Amino acid sequence: MARYLASRLVSLLVSLAVASLVIFAVIEVIPGDTAAFMLGLNAQPDTVAALRAELGLDLPRSLRYLAWIGGMLTGDFGVSYTYRVPVAELISARLQVSLPLTLYALALSTAIAIPVGLIAAARRGRPADYAIMGVTQLGIAVPNFWFAMLLVALFAVTLRWFSAGGFPGWEAGLWAGLKALTLPAVALALPQASILARVMRSALIETLGQDYIRTARAKGLTEAQAIRAHAFRNALIPVMTILGLQFSFLLAGAIIIENVFFLPGLGRLIFQAITQRDLIVVESTVMLLVFAVILVTFLVDLAYAAIDPRLRR
Amino acid sequence: MRRLPVQMTLGAALSAVFVLAALVSFVWTPYGVEGLAIARRMAPPSLAHPLGTDHFGRDILSMLMVGARTSIAVAIVAVGIGMGLGVPLGLLAAANRGGLIDEIVMRGNDLIFAFPSLVIAILITAIAGPSAFNAILAIGIFNTPVFARVARGGALSLWTLDYILAARVAGKGRLRISLEHILPNILNLLIVQGTIQFSLGILAEAGLSYVGLGAQPPTPSWGRMLAESQTMVSLSPHIAIFPGLAIVLMVLGLNLLGDGLRDWTDPRLRRAR
Repeated sequence: MARYLASRLVSLLVSLAVASLVIFAVIEVIPGDTAAFMLGLNAQPDTVAALRAELGLDLPRSLRYLAWIGGMLTGDFGVSYTYRVPVAELISARLQVSLPLTLYALALSTAIAIPVGLIAAARRGRPADYAIMGVTQLGIAVPNFWFAMLLVALFAVTLRWFSAGGFPGWEAGLWAGLKALTLPAVALALPQASILARVMRSALIETLGQDYIRTARAKGLTEAQAIRAHAFRNALIPVMTILGLQFSFLLAGAIIIENVFFLPGLGRLIFQAITQRDLIVVESTVMLLVFAVILVTFLVDLAYAAIDPRLRR
Repeated sequence: MRRLPVQMTLGAALSAVFVLAALVSFVWTPYGVEGLAIARRMAPPSLAHPLGTDHFGRDILSMLMVGARTSIAVAIVAVGIGMGLGVPLGLLAAANRGGLIDEIVMRGNDLIFAFPSLVIAILITAIAGPSAFNAILAIGIFNTPVFARVARGGALSLWTLDYILAARVAGKGRLRISLEHILPNILNLLIVQGTIQFSLGILAEAGLSYVGLGAQPPTPSWGRMLAESQTMVSLSPHIAIFPGLAIVLMVLGLNLLGDGLRDWTDPRLRRAR
């Protein structure tokens, strides 16, 4: 187990190092001078130069890279050019929306997908299975922002059960916050749940074909008992891979949904920072997201080892 | 002759309708898509305008037909980029299994997968300027590791087979074996994956043009039609419903086609599905 952990940890660190180089390089090639962009068209050249010096933009690239990485490691993500506040503050404020939204959507999607996938697998080849496969096929094809628009039209504009967008902040109470995130979470969860249910179904069907299930059935277990005792746990491995991927996808992938609902999340922060050339925000936030993805992949790997002892060797 | 799966026929038919509509739009659309006709704006579906008109009085059916062109072109070229870069990399990695090249290609793949694709796509289109071309580039980059992985996986299982061994004994090099024996035999895998990436490309293009980073006006695009309709959904639902349905049906068609092709070309999977 220790060797497994060590090798995974090394590959995690190497990935992070390479990713940071790539992000830094991409941001470097972006045309346009940030200082000139901030000061506007009428700025004097010497004012621009002074601002460049103040922001540290006149230093050599290697120094700036090291300063950035050193800062990231000590929790200093730089200061936003446009908001004039530490990037870390911006990110943590936006995470208060993005993280609950991601978890909410993921919880919804798992709560729907696991039982639905189970039913489809248990009833494979029968009408219930065909119906579920048809609906999930449709769920995958629906663009989530379109689904979101329809949800708003129905539940916010016509029925007035929810507000059409915006976020009151957690100060307004847990209930108000959750209510504001409900429609976005449902919109995000639909395609994710469809994918997850299909993965759950095929993983379970695959497991049910294994010899040890036949043995269990021969011992007199019913299919339901065999699923509960043996198949379900084994089918969870591919399901967890997808869940891990979906978590990181949702964290940043909510950009479009956040735009539909005017939510002040991480996605909108990046989106606005890109359009305003607030590159330090883009750089640090993207790095953080990549870190999250790599970390989640690492944790999923560890979880495999916990579920399946064979993988520890 | 194996019987074609129902879903494959259905998927092929659905996809064909959209491809045909896109092709026909080059020579004919029911109405022009550039002229404004405020007098007949936001008209509900009728005989003259089967899908109604939008807020500028443009015929929605005509807009969808021309928009299909953009969606299909962006998605297909992005699949082409992904295949063109990914397949050679995957074959190369498989031919050097366990070697340095294999390691570099696979770690590179993991790395690209770790980047939030939507964010990077938005970054590319925002920096290089919003256009259909830059959307293609952004989507194509993220198609590359997918094809590299599929090509490598398929190739690895072939490299262990006897007929490859025979080819090696006959003195053929790795490159020649990859091209002559491996590639033709993983073509079905690649086509299936291509169909899936095609459908994902349609969704990605719709998303990008929805936030204003895809094809620019006056080129009609499904995503932008939805963005423009957003404030009018409850007033005239048809403006928002038809472009959305177009995306859903096209993506559904391609996914059914892809799944059907996979079942059809790989009999082992038939039991499991």
